[in-house]
This record gives sequence, structure tokens and C-alpha cells, in this order.
Amino acid sequence: MEDPGKTEVVLLACGSFNPVTNMHLRLFELARDYMNGTGKYRVVKGIISPVGDAYKKKGLISAHHRVIMAELATKNSSWVEVDSWESLQKEWTETEKVLRHHQEKLEAGGCDRQQDSPVLERPGRKRKWAEQRSEVSQKKSLEPRTKGVPEVKLLCGADILESFGVPNLWKSEDIAKIVGVYGLVCVTRVGNDAQKFIYESDVLWKHRANIHLVNEWITNDISSTKIRRALRRGQSIRYLVPDLVGEYIEKHSLYSSESEERNVGVVLAPLQRNTADTNSNPTV
Amino acid sequence: MKSRIPVVLLACGSFNPITNMHLRLFEVARDHLHQTGMYQVIGGIISPVNDNYKKKDLAAAHHRVAMVQLALQMSDWIRVDTWECEQAQWMETVKVLRHHHHQLLRSLSLEEGPDQGTAVSPAPAAAPELKFLCGADVLKTFQTPNLWKDEHIQEIVEKFGLVCVGRAGHDPKAYIMGSPILRRYQHNIHLVREPVQNEISATYIRSALGQGQSVKYLLPDAVIAYIKNHNLYSRDSPRKGNGTRNSGAETGQSGPATAPLSSP
Repeated sequence: MEDPGKTEVVLLACGSFNPVTNMHLRLFELARDYMNGTGKYRVVKGIISPVGDAYKKKGLISAHHRVIMAELATKNSSWVEVDSWESLQKEWTETEKVLRHHQEKLEAGGCDRQQDSPVLERPGRKRKWAEQRSEVSQKKSLEPRTKGVPEVKLLCGADILESFGVPNLWKSEDIAKIVGVYGLVCVTRVGNDAQKFIYESDVLWKHRANIHLVNEWITNDISSTKIRRALRRGQSIRYLVPDLVGEYIEKHSLYSSESEERNVGVVLAPLQRNTADTNSNPTV
Repeated sequence: MKSRIPVVLLACGSFNPITNMHLRLFEVARDHLHQTGMYQVIGGIISPVNDNYKKKDLAAAHHRVAMVQLALQMSDWIRVDTWECEQAQWMETVKVLRHHHHQLLRSLSLEEGPDQGTAVSPAPAAAPELKFLCGADVLKTFQTPNLWKDEHIQEIVEKFGLVCVGRAGHDPKAYIMGSPILRRYQHNIHLVREPVQNEISATYIRSALGQGQSVKYLLPDAVIAYIKNHNLYSRDSPRKGNGTRNSGAETGQSGPATAPLSSP
């Protein structure tokens, strides 16, 4: 049922999801309740977009597994789903591009079935889509959004917001687009410094109307790092991740001291890329 | 090789409703006891409190039991027990412990025998122990005047033993040091660190449900479905209890009772 007064919203969460946890899933629930509760928005979809292996984060296991775990985790959700487009890209893809991809998909009326899961991936189709996308994006990048099309917003925790300050992790023009064109829904613990962080950043302050801070009253510290640590120590992760995810991890012995050593000594993709860009083209 | 002491963990409380945090208590407690090398946890029991406890907003026992059952569907070692809530009156925790300890000894002595394999280690030389499982907030309530009898506290820590899982804002070591009884039996109190801070309180859950907010991923889906089907904890649910505020002596009771509205 449509409500003409409300803006439809799609919440997009990018991240490692290494593995997905109940906390990630809670972010969606809290954000949806909050946005719907303002009376101005109607959240119609949630998307988990696991990062590609080319991100080169320490301990990052294969995207194939991470996507499947996210799919298992959202099996019982009526509105949150997984999209594997980002994870299938050969190179690491900036978050702004992922947002753009999903916004354009919506505008193209492309709410066809979500991107094929890795099991069904057809490489030919992917290449064609990638070519089309690069053409379309050049025309459409800064045009006002088509009316009636849902708005994609980046869903995140306060840690992402604060990571905007890490040198070379984000391009400043990307940050400007993320908050200026799309919008941020940021779930933060009570007493967190998110507001202070926004205040101290000119670009965030400028677009503060487009940054929605959602209070998380229940401290819910289920980080993937702690999950992996517990697994290495033979400790239970029951009730911290959906049962199906826990079973999958156990069945495939996904996390170990060895897996945690992946990408050690390798520079994180955004740092590599942005440092190279700065060196070759020193503008900010 | 010295055989481990078989242990059953017993958690008492309102479980109004049961949450993922309650379930986590069992998991972290079991891991902790196993990693001491001294114990083998052979079972867990959730014992919802009697309706006559008369706590505000306490849903009927049969609902609370049903929800625990649903939550434990996928657990192969924890079960719900209705003995406590079936009694005519509310009863002190120590009596519940005594009952279950007695049951435990009976059931294991029936199973023992040269040709019968038991769930315990092949040569169960050590007598099984029943330990009281709780959060640090419950340990703190030992200090509340008139809530616990001193002799009961002593019996709990002396005869049974306590497994206490940490919670934010609580200092269980300090509670132990501040009580002569607890200090004397501190060797029988196992303090478990829960590295994944998880402050899911049933109070918050009830409040969120009353406001129509999502509680998904804070408690099992099957429990949420049950709550919806039976219209529990909604704003217009019939209220139970006489409105007196009992300040805890249960797992799952958070500190401050404030559960603010969703958006500031």
C-alpha cells in the first residue's frame, strides 16, 4: 500500500560480514523502526552487500561463504535480503559506487530478482551489466532522483561514521556524495560521539539533515571479530549469530588461526588506491 | 586421568520473556566450566518463577514456559522445568535448588550400572553437582535487605555453588568481597566473563513490544511468533501481578527500569 506523502527508502549495509551476526541484523530492525517512526519515510527493503575479497582485510574469508551466510541469516526475514554484486566485482569497489549501482537499479525499475548468488553466477551477464553501468552512471550521477523511486541510504554503525576521519580510507568526494546525494542511517550506542563527530566535520555538518542517528538502547557488542576469536578458542557463538549461520560455520570449519592470518601484511584496498591517487594527483 | 565433576546448571527467574541473553548465560557458563578442566556440564535447566511471585507484568506461567520451550527447541542440552511454577506458592530459590539436586542424584543413580552407558564420563567417580547460574545483577541482589535469607545465601554458595556471568555496570568481585558469607565460599563462586557485551533485558523487550517495535534477533523467532499469536506484552494485554515492584532476584532483570522510546 503506497503512501504518497512518504519517501520510500532502501537501507543498504556494506561491510565484511565476516561473519554476519545478530548485531548486523538488529541494525536493520532498529533503523527501519526509526525511519518509519519519523512519519516521513517508509522502509521497503534492506540489502546486505558483503565486500569483495579484493578488499584485502585481515582475516577476510572467501566472499562465496560470506554471501551464503548472509543469505542463511536473512532467510527468515521478510524484507532484508543479500546482494552479491559488490562481492562479485574483480576489483574492490568504493561504497559510493555500490550505492550508485543500487540506486540506478531501482530507477531502471530493476527490482527483478536479486543478483544471482555465487552458485548461479553467469560471468557473461555480469560483464555486460558492468559495461552498461559505467555508461549510465556517467549520465546520471548527479541528476535529481526520479520521483516515486525509493531512495537508497547507507546503513551503518557509528564506527563507519568515524572511519570517515581515517586518512586515505575514504575519498572526500565520496563522503560528500554519500551524505549529500544518498543519506546515512547510523545506529549508535547511547552516549556515543556521533553527534560530536558530525559537528566537527564541515561536510557532515552541511548534510546533517541527511544523517539519521538511531539510538541503540541495548548495548549489543556482537562484533564479528569477537565471534572469530571465540571460534578459535572453541567457545560457543550460539545465540550471537543465527543458528543456520553457526551450523554453516561449523560444517565448513570456516574460521581458524590460519584464516585469521589471511592478508596479513597486505595493504587494505582503499588505502592502497587512495594513497596511489594522492601520490599521482595531489588534490583532496 | 582425573575425571571431571559432572555439573548441571540451573537458572531461576521470571523469563518474562526469555531472551537470547538468558540463553547465552548457559553457553558462556558451560564454556567457562569446561575450560577450568575440572567440570563436565551435563545439562542445563531453566526454571521459570511461579505466578505467585507477583511481579509486575508477569505473564502467566504457562505462557512463559511455552516460550522457553520454543526457545530451547534447537538446544540439545538445556531444558525447561515446570516444578517451580506448578507449586501452589512461590518458593525460595534454595528450595528449587534442593529439589533439582535431589532429582539429579536420583536420576543418575538409576542410570548407573556396569552395562549402562551414561552421558557422563565412563567412570563417574565424582558426585554430580547442581550449580546456580545467574547474572551479576542477581548476585548484587543478595545485598537487598529482606530479599534473601542469609542462611539461604550460605546454603546456595556452600552446598551448591554459583556460576555468575558478568554484566555491564556490575562488579561481582566487589559484591563477593563485600559479603562475609560470599567471601568465605568464594572458591565455590565461578565468575564468568562475557566478552560479548549483551544487555538484552526482558524489560526492554516488553517495552519495545508495547510500542510496536521490532525485537527480532533479540530472542528466538519462534518466541516472537508465540508472543504475537497470544497477544502478550502489547499495550492492551491484560496485566498480571499486583503492581508491587520486586527489584530482581531473577536473571534478565536489568538495572535501571527505564526503557526509553525509540526516537529521541
